[in-house]
Amino acid sequence: MHQKKKRYKMWLTIIGLTIALIWLSPFYLMIVNAFKTKFDIFNNVLALPEAFTLDNFKQAYIDLDFLNALTNSLIVSVSSILIIIIFSSMAAYALSRNKSRLSGGIFLIFVAAMLIPFQSVMIPLISIFGKVNMLNTSGLIFMYLGFGSSLSIFLYHGAVKGIPVSLDEAAMIDGASRWTIFWKIIFPMLKPITMTVMILNVIWIWNDYLLPSLVLSQAYATIPLRMFFFFGQYTKQWHLALAGLTLAIIPVILIYFFAQKHIIKGVADGAVK
Amino acid sequence: MTNKNISFWLFILPALFALSVVVFYPFLYGFYYTFTDWNGLTATTFLGFENYIKVFQDESFTDAIWFTIKFAIVSIILVNIIGLGLAVLVTQKMKINNGLRTIFFMPNLIGGLILGFIWQFIFKSGFDAVGRLLDLEFLQGWLATTETGFWGLVILNVWQYAGYIMIIYISYLQSVPEELLEAAEIDGASVFQRFWRIKFPLVAPAFTVSLFLTLSNAFKLYDQNLALTNGGPYGSTEMLAMEIYQTAFSRYEMAFAQSKAVIFFILVAAVAVTQVYWNKKREVDM
Repeated sequence: MHQKKKRYKMWLTIIGLTIALIWLSPFYLMIVNAFKTKFDIFNNVLALPEAFTLDNFKQAYIDLDFLNALTNSLIVSVSSILIIIIFSSMAAYALSRNKSRLSGGIFLIFVAAMLIPFQSVMIPLISIFGKVNMLNTSGLIFMYLGFGSSLSIFLYHGAVKGIPVSLDEAAMIDGASRWTIFWKIIFPMLKPITMTVMILNVIWIWNDYLLPSLVLSQAYATIPLRMFFFFGQYTKQWHLALAGLTLAIIPVILIYFFAQKHIIKGVADGAVK
Repeated sequence: MTNKNISFWLFILPALFALSVVVFYPFLYGFYYTFTDWNGLTATTFLGFENYIKVFQDESFTDAIWFTIKFAIVSIILVNIIGLGLAVLVTQKMKINNGLRTIFFMPNLIGGLILGFIWQFIFKSGFDAVGRLLDLEFLQGWLATTETGFWGLVILNVWQYAGYIMIIYISYLQSVPEELLEAAEIDGASVFQRFWRIKFPLVAPAFTVSLFLTLSNAFKLYDQNLALTNGGPYGSTEMLAMEIYQTAFSRYEMAFAQSKAVIFFILVAAVAVTQVYWNKKREVDM
């Protein structure tokens, strides 16, 4: 029995490792070929490079305007997520504590908005924001609040319900205002769900291509946007394109490496609720 | 907090304002203009339902609908089978479990655009190299035909989302009580019996979540489509989201594109509502 179990486990491990290798193979091909010369890629795609070259990365770094793109991505993502967290948690708190029909109706409106796909509002949205000269970084951040608030409010709403109202009432008797109660007592207790909201929104906003491509001009382009222009320039030159792609992925993989447990938990909590 | 409290309104105002300005107002505004000859700036004539009639006569749009539906069906089946398989694999007691989970989930952190470009290289150069090495003809010339473009999109989508769906199945699998499985094992139930008879029924609610997610993902797919095939060859792998984009921003037929966008909304919303309703009903029946 024991022997049989051990063998079973060994086979499982072998199967697991094989699938993992298949899963990673696209990244392997991307990375090894990013270090090859154009000629070397043409000759052998699968093997390791004959001579490692960093020239591709140097060129890609310059052509991607990488530091600038990274800064733009950081500005957009950090500001959007900050305002999504602040305003969604506040709204969810108020909607959850107010038991009236009107409040329930407003909550339902937020949830229902999740049914509207982006492409269904994209054209008029761009037209309207263009008319008021808001097709820029601040306009984009505001749009992210609009698109991101639904799911975030939904998640926060569930979490606030789990916090007893007696806490609010006790603070109220002590003369605390709603503002103080929320930020001093309630918000700190929402930390786990804030993590989830943050992770889900970071993954979405950091990687978003379509919305920024309609809103931002070249100088303010985020990483995915810049990547698109860059790739268009180098369609037949895989050595440069692959080096650029590798560069673009590095920040994400670094963060994943340090926070993978939180990220996977956040995604699971967000999807299941 | 009641409706009369000013603090209630102040707390919800910023989010409600953003949602209204970004989602609801454009949606209604766009809907109104689908009945006109709107060009993105102005409209001169009222057309009634003319745009909508044209939508269903537009072959480019109906082709995109069929392509998207075919893609959605194949993707849903494969993503869920493989996602569930991976979840079962990494919930066995193995030392490398966490490592495997991390690897399978990884593609989801990277944007669809970047993944699409990476896979373009894999299909065009990687597949080609393996095909020449092993003398397999079907691995050569990928993405050059509608057929290989379709399967290219499916493979990319399965590779990306299976790890995501895996995470959902894992959280349900882990809620299966350990004592139940042990008791069954003592009673002589095999690995397969334990899976089909105990785990599978208890994991049923996960299907609601997973099917819904894969389906709406498949319908809204844009970045991967753009980066991998860009609709080619000759627009034959253009999915719904891309077809709408092209009508608006390449052909500048704004009112027409918005009419397609409204039909798109009805499709996506109908699928979502039906699915949630159907799954809730089935869960209760069980």
